[in-house]
This record gives sequence, structure tokens and C-alpha cells, in this order.
Amino acid sequence: MQINTFKLLFLSLFLALSFSGFATENKDAEGGDEELNIAEMILHHVSDNHSFHILDWDGHPVSVPLPVILWTNEGLVTFMSSEFHHDEDGKVVVEKKGQKLTYYHGKIYYANDSADASGKYVSVDEEGHATNARMLDLSVTKNVFSMLMSMIVLMLIFIGSARAYKKSENNIPRGIARFTEPLILFVKNDIAIPNIGEKKHKKFLPYLLTIFFFIWINNIFGLIPFFPFSANLSGNIAFTFALACLTFIITTLNGNKDYWKHIFWMPGVPVPMKLFLAPIELIGVFTKPIALFIRLFANITAGHIVILALISLIFVFRNMYGDVAGYAVSPVSVAFVVFISLIEILVVAIQAYIFTILSALYFGMATAEHDDH
Amino acid sequence: MLTPELGLIVWTTIAFGVLFFVLTKYAWKPILNSVNERESSIKGALEEAEKARLEMENLQADNERILKEARAERESMLKEAREMKNKMITDAKDEAQKEASKMIEQAQAAIESEKKAAMAELKSHVAGLAVDIAEKVVRDELTNKDKQMQLVESMLGDAKLN
Repeated sequence: MQINTFKLLFLSLFLALSFSGFATENKDAEGGDEELNIAEMILHHVSDNHSFHILDWDGHPVSVPLPVILWTNEGLVTFMSSEFHHDEDGKVVVEKKGQKLTYYHGKIYYANDSADASGKYVSVDEEGHATNARMLDLSVTKNVFSMLMSMIVLMLIFIGSARAYKKSENNIPRGIARFTEPLILFVKNDIAIPNIGEKKHKKFLPYLLTIFFFIWINNIFGLIPFFPFSANLSGNIAFTFALACLTFIITTLNGNKDYWKHIFWMPGVPVPMKLFLAPIELIGVFTKPIALFIRLFANITAGHIVILALISLIFVFRNMYGDVAGYAVSPVSVAFVVFISLIEILVVAIQAYIFTILSALYFGMATAEHDDH
Repeated sequence: MLTPELGLIVWTTIAFGVLFFVLTKYAWKPILNSVNERESSIKGALEEAEKARLEMENLQADNERILKEARAERESMLKEAREMKNKMITDAKDEAQKEASKMIEQAQAAIESEKKAAMAELKSHVAGLAVDIAEKVVRDELTNKDKQMQLVESMLGDAKLN
């Protein structure tokens, strides 16, 4: 709770600063000097992308192209994202199977037949969103790439741990298993058993273990600020939504008679109260997973935004007060980044823990037997 | 940023599904089995140790009991021996007393008979001696007529008195 308060404080502080940066940029743009748009830069960094940007070298972006896989009106289309030539403003058109495709702000659209005045092949509404039609995009984006990498790492770590037990005598953990066993036992003894119970936890334990380590490792990967990490996967709402949906589906499928009875016909209260509680409980069934995915998304994205904003502080000061101010602010800024990063290391573990313990809690509620009524 | 991309949802579901099945089969189950096995073996070992401790306690109690019994036995044996000794001493004393008094009696009897014999011998000896003396006296007396007459006279006088 305290961490969240901290975060909110910092976030508001630096959002304010980034707006002043925004204003500076406008001033500079008029002067034709340098462009600095902190808000856009940060949003670009925390969003998904079809190529993995590593750095800018000599004014040119250096990035790893990723495969684009589209299910279009004409069927499956695949090509490498390098065909867009680093363009993200819908100015480059790729033609596949007689369809014109263009890339605008991280998403691929069907392109217009001709470019508008600014050279864009997309129609843009007042809020800056493209209104063109889209297709089913199953590309390996930055986030998907990061996810596949985390899968491989997780498999290596835990299959390696399982092997370590086979090699040792008396099932004593060796090597990497010495590190992973306390974590696995933590999930078992402190998450699964207290919430679901000794009898039924075995059924849900593999799911809880997988989700805990999957979220945690992707949170950690997001914190590492260079290629091939730094993707904001666990701060992406699609990712958290998918995982929360899984928790919701498992909860619903495992709900026993008592669980549904507590939702639709609450025992132990008068009939009018039962009628009153039923819709509330029914809404609760859906709000629980919604809170689950929004919490993870918001916490991780906020962490990324805070760190990026702190780094941007250097450039904001330079643009506002000149190079000296930029240099003067940088140690402070870096110190803050280190401080927040240390907190983030805690936060990412805590968020993985919270997601897992809440999932366990919901499973426990769905399978609880109420003998005491 | 706030609208979930369908593509990423699909990918996440697939990735999580694959990860779930692979890790469950090749990691969670073997690891948890190993941990459970170890836990049960530790539990077994602890139970065994507890059992051994109880056994040890029993053994110690047995030892104590046996020791106590042995001590009691020794005590009783000593007591018996002491009684036996005392009895033997008294028996021996009685026996000795009896023997001694018997011997004393025998000795007294022997002394008595010896005394009698000695008396008898002494008497006969004294008698002989008296006869001898008497013979000598008589011989001596009879040499003188008067005296012979005198003696006869006195003897007759004695005889009369008798």
C-alpha cells in the first residue's frame, strides 16, 4: 500500500514534469531545434511493437525485425517487420496478396489507396487513433518474443531443477534446485495450502506454480533495461487479461454446489436479503478477475512509466535550462532510478505473489465445503 | 494501451498452456514428488528416532529395575549369611559347651576313680605300713614280759569297753 502511495506521488510529479517537457518541445519545435515528446516516448516504450528496438546509432534506429503473421481477408500473410523500414507513422505500404498494409503506432492496418497531405496511408481521428480496418494480427511482437524467451528460460530452470533431484541421493536438492525449491515450497505451503486447503490444493498447485513463475519472470524481464529484455509484457493488458481469464475459467468450472448457492441464494439471511445479494454476488464473480488483471497491468506499467519519466527528467531539464542543467540533474535522476528500480524488484515479486494468492483464494472459495452452516 | 490486443491474448493463452503442460509433466510433478518423498522419509526417520528413544527409555528402566533387584538380592543374601553365621556360632558354642561339660564330667569321674584307686592304694599301703610298724613294735614289746602283760591288760581293758 505504501509502495503504491509512493508510486502515485512520483507518477503525478513526473507526469507534471513531462507535461512541462511537452510544452518545451513545442517551443523548441518552433525554433526548429530538437524534438522532445516525453509522453509519447514513454507510451511508445510501454506499448507493444512489431520490431525490437535496441538503440539509435548515428541517428538511425537499430532494431531486430520480428516476424509478422496476419490472418487477412485473403488468408495467411507472413513477412518480416523490417519491410516497414522502421516506419511507424503509416507512411510505408507493404503489398501482400494484393492487399496494401501499413504500420501505424505499433499496429498494422489496411492502408488507404493514397497518402494524405502528411504522407500517411491511414485516416486518423481527432485523438490520433487510426480508423482503418484491421486484421487478426498473430505476429511475434516484442511482447510475444519476450514471452517465448521467458518460456524457454522457465523450462530450462525448472526441468533442470527436476533433473537435479534425480541426480542426487535421498532427494536432496542440488545445484539450481537449491534455489528453486524454497520458491516452489513457498507457493505450496504459503499460497496453495492456506487458501485451498490440504486436501484439494494438489489439483491447483501446478497452475499456481506456473502462473507465479510466469508472471514473476516476465516482470523481471521487463525491469532489465536492454535487449533482449525490457518488453513490458506483464504490463500489457492483453497478457494480464488472458491470465485472469484462465483463473476465472478454472474458478467457474470448479465451483461446487456451495459456491453457487452462496452466489444466488445466500444461506443464513432472510429472503429479501437473498434477492438483494444475488446480483451483487454475481457482479462480484466478474469483478474479481477484472480487478486481478487491472491490478497487475497498472502496477507493472506504472513502474515502467516512473523509471522512464525519471530518466526523461535529464532531457527535460536540458531542454528547459540548457546542457548544464541536464548534466546537473542526471546524478539525481539516476539515483532516483536506482531507488525506484530497487523498489520495483520488490514490487514485481509482490505482484506475482498477489496474482497467485488471489487466484488460490478464488479456487479456495469455489471448492470450499461449508460444514459449519 | 488500454484495449487488449487479440493477438497477444491468443499468444499468451497458447504460451501459458504449453508452459503449463510441459512444466507440470517435466518439472512440477517430479519436483513435488521428490519433495514429498523426502518429507515422508524425514517423517519416517523422526518417528523411528522417537521409537528408538522410547525403547532406550524402556531399556534404561529395565536396567534400573534389574539393578534394584540385584541390590535387594545381595542385601537378602548378606542378611541370610549373617543369620547363618550367627546360628553357626551359637550352635558351635552350644556344642562346645556340651562337649566341655561332658569332658569335665568325664574328667571328674576319672579323677574320682583315680582318687578312689589312690585312696585304696594308700589304704593298703598304710595298712602294710601299720602292720610293719605293729610287727616291729610288737616284736620290740614282746621282748619284755611285763610290757607284754601290760599290753594285754590294756587291750583287754579296751575290749571290755567295747
